[in-house]
Amino acid sequence: MKLIRRLTDGVPSRALWALGVLLVALLVAPALLGKYGLSVLILILYFAFVGQAWNIMMGFAGQLSLGHALYAGLGGYVAAGLFFHYGLGPWAGVFVAVAAAAAAGAIVGYLGFRFSLAGVYFALLTIAFSEFTRLAFDHWEWAGGSGGLFLKVDSTVDVWNLRGGPLLFYYLILALAVGAFILCRALLESRLGRYWLAIREDAEAAQAVGVPVLRCKMIAVVISAGLTALAGVWNAFYYNNLFPETAFAMGRSIEITLAPIIGGLGTLFGPMVGAVVLTGLGEVFTDASEYFHVPGMKQIFYGLALLVIVIYRPAGIWPWLAGRLGIGERRP
Amino acid sequence: MSGARLELDGVGKAFRGLRAVHDVSFSVPAGTIHALIGPNGAGKTTIFNMIAGVYVPDAGTVTLDGRKISGLRPDRVCDAGVGRTFQIVKPFRGLSVLENVTIGALHQRPDLGEAREVAASLLAQLGLHDRRHQLAENLTLPDRKRLEVARALATEPKVLLLDEVMAGLRPTEIDVMVAFLRDLNARTGLTILLIEHVMRAVMALAREVVVVSYGEKIAEGTPQEISRHQAVLDVYLGEQEMS
Repeated sequence: MKLIRRLTDGVPSRALWALGVLLVALLVAPALLGKYGLSVLILILYFAFVGQAWNIMMGFAGQLSLGHALYAGLGGYVAAGLFFHYGLGPWAGVFVAVAAAAAAGAIVGYLGFRFSLAGVYFALLTIAFSEFTRLAFDHWEWAGGSGGLFLKVDSTVDVWNLRGGPLLFYYLILALAVGAFILCRALLESRLGRYWLAIREDAEAAQAVGVPVLRCKMIAVVISAGLTALAGVWNAFYYNNLFPETAFAMGRSIEITLAPIIGGLGTLFGPMVGAVVLTGLGEVFTDASEYFHVPGMKQIFYGLALLVIVIYRPAGIWPWLAGRLGIGERRP
Repeated sequence: MSGARLELDGVGKAFRGLRAVHDVSFSVPAGTIHALIGPNGAGKTTIFNMIAGVYVPDAGTVTLDGRKISGLRPDRVCDAGVGRTFQIVKPFRGLSVLENVTIGALHQRPDLGEAREVAASLLAQLGLHDRRHQLAENLTLPDRKRLEVARALATEPKVLLLDEVMAGLRPTEIDVMVAFLRDLNARTGLTILLIEHVMRAVMALAREVVVVSYGEKIAEGTPQEISRHQAVLDVYLGEQEMS
């Protein structure tokens, strides 16, 4: 109860009601949506979840990572590899996957933070590590090398081995997204969360009021990497295949950053709102380019849409939307 | 909170061969207010940064109640009981005034609600209560200086280092700040070391004044002694009138 009170403290009751309605709607959505609708919703929730994970580092602690594909890819490969080679189920393998990604995050973080790489220089380091890993996996036979790793596609539903159709993966990613949302709210309303914000705003001033800057940044990157690995495991078992070229791709890392940037950095709803808008736009432009038979139209209009949003809503869509709705989740 | 004794013993620091501070020793007894003055570039802020853990001294030690704090990280120095403000103010710009001070208060009180109460009370004392929900970046410079003081005090220090918190304040505002600091010192016994160019504040607050020039201590004494000290007058002649 105490925890619930702390999490909901200061949240207007109509916002809580709206959240409740949203959750119920998401729970019953599969019964109402067709196959296509469900697949779009799955994409939205996936980007909302990884966006939330990335937002811990950038939005809360102010550390720009452009290599989050590393953690997602690593998580996916570890869980899928253990399942493929040793039959270790993903519910057990996920622990190894998260630990591996958290360790990778700790290494990247330590190298960057210990030697005071800030801003874009830190971002370059994260890109470099992601690329190293891609090259390593390209040549690692155990993980299938550049030919990829494939899980047997099986239509029977087997929850214990994460074998099943979109419905299973829908509820999984919904649980992850809801869990990450609650976790982030709890973190933000804690001393650690406030220390992250202080570091984001001014690390030197933060340290002067007793914030152990290095330790707080390390915790941020470890949590962020661990959560991202969960998305990677989910991804691997949903799509049943992994290639170094895509799992660790630069584009994959960028994709992870878009929803929170468009939705509103450092806000709890930003990643969700961003995921809805971006996935929605993506689908609309895909359909449009098919309808008009103009290949490449999607990319151009998608890019233009991003540009327009970033120019007119530089703080993201959510802070503006929240103001309009009178809920006002300010960047704390 | 009560004050601690701050002592600098033969402290020195050079930057790439440039001697910024050389062999500076002085001590601030627990519960007193001392001032550190000197012309621009004399090394005052460098001395502060060595006390606060931003720089490690090349020579000498800084001790707090006999415990060595030089060489510790800034957050450890804060743990030891030193609070500081920055000459070039460093508010957490994108956060509200209340959150700025709350973050300072979290140092001693891990509970967010409790920390917020401490912060609110400090803001009231410093006259920032009405602005507590504004973003720190929207404050005027004098208010930012006050915010610096509130945030440093929120960590419940034993020694408070104030780096030119009067600069940019109007005379009446200076008097308010002086009264606040004097009252704070009388009430809590907090030790205060201030770097200040505003002589009106130095004269009103400091029991003793340490004067540095070109990185070295050239005089030390009561404000009255200092204002008659020949070396000090030489340094300040044509620069600033001692009032």
